[in-house]
Amino acid sequence: MSEQVSPGEPLLVAEGLTKHFPVMGGFPFRRKVGAVQAVDGIDLTVRAGESFGLVGESGCGKSTTGRLLTRLLEPTAGRITYQGRDITHASRTELAPVRAQIQMIFQDPYASLNPRQTVGRIVSGPMEINGIHPAGGREARVRELLETVGLNPEHYNRFPHEFSGGQRQRIGVARALALEPRLVVADEPVSALDVSIQAQVVNLLRSLQRELGIAFLFIAHDLAVVRHFSQRVAVMYLGRIVEVGDRDDIYRRPRHPYTHALLSAVPEALSAGTPRERIRLAGDVPSPISPPSGCRFRTRCWKAEPRCGAEEPPLVRLEGNAEGHLTACHFPEAGSTTARTQDVVLDPALSG
Amino acid sequence: MTTSEGAFLSVRDLFVRFDTEDGVVKAVDGLGFELERGRTLGIVGESGSGKSVTNLAVLGLHDPRHTEIRGEILLDGQELTGAPESVLEKLRGNKMAMIFQDSLTALSPYYTVGRQIAEPYRKHTGATRREARQRAVEMLDKVGIPNAALRVDDYPHQFSGGMRQRAMIAMALVCDPELLIADEPTTALDVTVQAQILDLLKELQQQTGSAIILITHDLGVVAHTVDELLVMYAGRAVERGTVREVLSEPRHPYTWGLLGSMPLLDSDVEEPLVPIPGTPPSLLNPPPGCPFHPRCAHVAEVGGDRCRTERPELPPGRGAACHLPAARQRTAFPQQTKPRPA
Ligand SMILES: Nc1ncnc2c1ncn2[C@@H]1O[C@H](COP(=O)(O)OP(=O)(O)O)[C@@H](O)[C@H]1O
Ligand SMILES: Nc1ncnc2c1ncn2[C@@H]1O[C@H](COP(=O)(O)OP(=O)(O)O)[C@@H](O)[C@H]1O
Ligand code: SF4
Ligand code: SF4
Ligand SMILES: [Mg+2]
Ligand SMILES: [Mg+2]
Repeated sequence: MSEQVSPGEPLLVAEGLTKHFPVMGGFPFRRKVGAVQAVDGIDLTVRAGESFGLVGESGCGKSTTGRLLTRLLEPTAGRITYQGRDITHASRTELAPVRAQIQMIFQDPYASLNPRQTVGRIVSGPMEINGIHPAGGREARVRELLETVGLNPEHYNRFPHEFSGGQRQRIGVARALALEPRLVVADEPVSALDVSIQAQVVNLLRSLQRELGIAFLFIAHDLAVVRHFSQRVAVMYLGRIVEVGDRDDIYRRPRHPYTHALLSAVPEALSAGTPRERIRLAGDVPSPISPPSGCRFRTRCWKAEPRCGAEEPPLVRLEGNAEGHLTACHFPEAGSTTARTQDVVLDPALSG
Repeated sequence: MTTSEGAFLSVRDLFVRFDTEDGVVKAVDGLGFELERGRTLGIVGESGSGKSVTNLAVLGLHDPRHTEIRGEILLDGQELTGAPESVLEKLRGNKMAMIFQDSLTALSPYYTVGRQIAEPYRKHTGATRREARQRAVEMLDKVGIPNAALRVDDYPHQFSGGMRQRAMIAMALVCDPELLIADEPTTALDVTVQAQILDLLKELQQQTGSAIILITHDLGVVAHTVDELLVMYAGRAVERGTVREVLSEPRHPYTWGLLGSMPLLDSDVEEPLVPIPGTPPSLLNPPPGCPFHPRCAHVAEVGGDRCRTERPELPPGRGAACHLPAARQRTAFPQQTKPRPA
């Protein structure tokens, strides 16, 4: 595990990653009656030093993906490699050195911090678990970390409830940084924060990514925040990646109808650009227990044809797409988000 | 924006205080606004700024044993502060209705969706069961529930989140209320469903001509849906204007902070966000003078002790509650962007 991949090289690679949660039912004997296809065969690569954004609506499998990649969940199928090494089924001991290099930050800063421990203990926890003794001692290192994340090192002995939501999230960040990770999986790290505080934390994470060269898997449902933070972005829908590419490929030249619909739905207060297309879908996302056959988006797609139900569209580079820009659609959209001559309005209660 | 006497809804000098174990929470501290029929007012501010407390005061839903409410709430000329519960109860669901963030708490799990829409209609109009049921189907259809005639007999848990939100809107609108208060109606929804619901509210308002108060923490949500905007901070209104005025020429440092904190879909990604330093104050012990002063970058510019000691008033009509000179308020925010056309 000593070999280091250089910036831009693949750090963490997932292939065909799958997680099905059993659905139990039946009486008097409970048995498996189905499966939630939370993550269903996704491929993704996080490169060293980059921020990779994962967006999609709730229930599409973002958190499950994050937990699979950090090995908090056992995959149903697929392969995970870290720095070229297969860690899909690595045992606890085999995993120990990797665990230190991959850290996680969660949405709810309060639930993820032990209320009975001081900030000092919380932040030094990972060092204790991994038996790490930094030069100068753990306390000095913790103070340094608190400073790095913009907290007062003098607050070493305080408890989580004495901090505001944004400060608690900073404590979580300090803890994640304690072992000098190469990859941080951040699952909705700013979603629970008010917008002014959210901006503080986003700026902090951005400077850590840039200055410390830490790679991020940044999971969020807020498309503007993800764009601001991530160089590459994947869009998920019902357990699958439907489109992935560089930031501008996804935000300016999206090809998948769902990416278009998502971007069009973002309520923007201000804008510097040209008028955007208006797309209003009907209904909600269907259940991941029995997702639609073929293309999973077809029940909400305005371009669906019989082929979409019969044949699953592969995630491939379409003609006209830049390298690394992959789309899973049989009848892709043009790569532009500007207003169309006619809005796409599927909701029966809305007039076009 | 009207400042005339007979606004449809007029709130003046509203104070709401809660007696708690820790002390008195000054949740709303001298708030005023007006709203005409057919118009939508957005109330925006971060969590804890007093938006929901204001809305519950208008609806008369605070527990009088722990709440002190002072000021004037005039709905169509009728004073609501201190009005007896029997009067308020007649108004609620009829003349004024509400939509909340969480449809699961607003809808009872034990009754069908149709019954929950039909009941208030029967109660307030004296319609027969048959008529009320017919009305429920009509309302579900109007809010975009497919196969409304069949789904009317479903229970809330058989509906998806977006459908439940629609059912709640149907329930709120069944008696053609003249005032609709929507408190974070889309906050719990996914972005594609949120866009549907916001458009739906807008469209229904055009049909019914009711007045709407839309409460949200998200400036993006109000940008497309409201006519006038009130920005709240620490229980006070700090800025008011039409939504275009406020977004294109924000005048209060707090509004500048909100706008600077938000990444946009087409902002320059190399530029860091401009957050507001610090955190909102405790309403148990709000700061004297301007409540924003501990976080404001312009205190020195105003000079002296003014921001720390003297409370800035919100002028009637367009304006901000800030001691900065008006000319400065108009030009200090570096605006490279403009409000998205509706
Ligand atoms: N432990 C679990 N058991 C059963 N189903 C689960 C579990 N965790 C997640 N799910 C389901 O898997 C799907 C994806 O969930 P999640 O990964 O949390 O999505 P997201 O983070 O994108 O909102 C959802 O339908 C969710 O209900
Ligand atoms: N019943 C109550 N008792 C005591 N404090 C309350 C009560 N309801 C609200 N508050 C406090 O009043 C302030 C304003 O709350 P609220 O209006 O809910 O804010 P928001 O703008 O997020 O809707 C908050 O500090 C909140 O904690
Ligand atoms: S494959 Fe078909 S249904 Fe799926 S997104 Fe493309 S056009 Fe729509
Ligand atoms: S009154 Fe003073 S502290 Fe308050 S917003 Fe204006 S400049 Fe800032
Ligand atoms: Mg999640
Ligand atoms: Mg509220």
